[in-house]
Amino acid sequence: MTSNQPIIETQNLSIWYGEKKAVNSVSMKLFKNRVSAIIGPSGCGKSTVLRMLNRMNDFIEVLRHEGKILINGQDIYNKKLDPVDLRRKVGMVFQRPNPFPKSIYKNIIWGPKVNGLKYEPDFLVEDSLKKAALWDEVKDRLHSSALALSGGQQQRLCIARTIAMNPEVILMDEPCSALDPRATSKIEELITTLRDEYTIAIVTHNMQQASRISDVTHFFYEGELIETGLTESLFTKPTEKRTEDYITGRFG
Amino acid sequence: MKNDSTSKFIDRSFECILLICVAVSVLTSASVIALLGKESISFFTEVSLSDFLFGTRWEPLLEPKRFGVLPLVAGTLFIVFGSVLIALPAGLLVAVYLSEYSPKRLREVLKPIIEVLAGVPTVVYGFFALSFVTPTLKAVFPTTEIFNALSGAVVVGIMILPMISSLCDDAFKAIPNSLREGGYAVGATKYEMVTRILIPASGVRIGAALILAVSRAIGETMAVTLAAGATPKLFVNPLESIQTMTAYIVQVSLGDTPAGGIEYQTCFAVGTLLFLMTLTLNIFGAKLMKRMPVGLSS
Repeated sequence: MTSNQPIIETQNLSIWYGEKKAVNSVSMKLFKNRVSAIIGPSGCGKSTVLRMLNRMNDFIEVLRHEGKILINGQDIYNKKLDPVDLRRKVGMVFQRPNPFPKSIYKNIIWGPKVNGLKYEPDFLVEDSLKKAALWDEVKDRLHSSALALSGGQQQRLCIARTIAMNPEVILMDEPCSALDPRATSKIEELITTLRDEYTIAIVTHNMQQASRISDVTHFFYEGELIETGLTESLFTKPTEKRTEDYITGRFG
Repeated sequence: MKNDSTSKFIDRSFECILLICVAVSVLTSASVIALLGKESISFFTEVSLSDFLFGTRWEPLLEPKRFGVLPLVAGTLFIVFGSVLIALPAGLLVAVYLSEYSPKRLREVLKPIIEVLAGVPTVVYGFFALSFVTPTLKAVFPTTEIFNALSGAVVVGIMILPMISSLCDDAFKAIPNSLREGGYAVGATKYEMVTRILIPASGVRIGAALILAVSRAIGETMAVTLAAGATPKLFVNPLESIQTMTAYIVQVSLGDTPAGGIEYQTCFAVGTLLFLMTLTLNIFGAKLMKRMPVGLSS
């Protein structure tokens, strides 16, 4: 590890949906220019935790939390901090591709435009699409609708759209769960090239995927962070019994 | 054990009953159209179609008789544009609030209250226009007549507002949440998300809502008869009395016009025109309602 300073850190984070406790006292660190995988069975709270990191859960009325989330040492739930500013720095890619019903070109520049960022549109579009490994496939139809793209292309467009904001962190919530194996391997390849520039946290239920693309893996079970480790060692010599049971396929 | 012949008999009879019900509705529609057609045809043997469609004076009950429908169309169009001008922005804003801003509990209270507006009998709106809207207008514009076009447009606007807000609300609800999250994830505020993603993405269905509301405003009868009066005018002054197509039909139907005469047949000619206008809009609106941008259906 090059840096000991985590870019994102949760401290004793607990989350409730109404009366039901979904996440129990999670303390987790995500480091710069690393791909961190968050794995665990369905309903273990992994997506809930991920969506706290850019305050995407603000829109869920019944959800409340305790504990702290720090990004670069700053508490993101501090009342003075505007979640809109936070989301410019912490982008997100979702389970299902969700391009805007607009052209490919407009999808890319939409974020920088509404945020009043300075940008040169043609360059930004080309650069973001190249980084997302989509440029060659769409360069001749930038002005046609994004909805005409295949699912995998749509998802890479969503990654390009996120990159266009030049975020520090990219959160990915099971980004391949709606894609076929070929599209999935393209996204995985892409993620490994993105780690040089961005810090990536990816939630996945696919353990092979986690072991292929991540540097660090966090294993969640029933709302708790059970084990964190370098991906290689977590998958080969887990220290916790529950981790071992999960990765050897005994449950989940 | 089930008795086979009995259940077969019930099954067949049920289908028969259904068929009869369908036949009755189809026959009713057909006879309405036939009646409109028959009386209109005999009207148009006496009055030329171009005199009717392009004539600028509507004086069918006075000598010399004139059958230019344009003043009635002008009255109807004024009510349509006036009411839409009020109801579209208001309805859209109500829908945005209900769908995107109001807490769930408040929404559950507000939505039925707004929908009550749609259930108020239209004659009550007419009365409301006479006893409240017109006096209010008169306080602002002293030249306002007792029957005036503006008052009619205002109450029709209030009438079609719940229709627009409810259809727009449905349109917004049909937009998958993931699209909103996509906007938020690149740093959009709620206002930016609503104005630049939600409303454009719902454009087709907002258009459909508008068309269906226009169709409703065209066909509206009782409120405009009471509020806007019975004076056909080609050039509408909002503060003066006008007459819409529907209000004319009421006037003739309630008066002592003898059946069978040309005056009586004018009703059917105006009715046919009205029917064609609303039919076109309804077909068009229903088609738009079904159309959704590709890929947004999930």
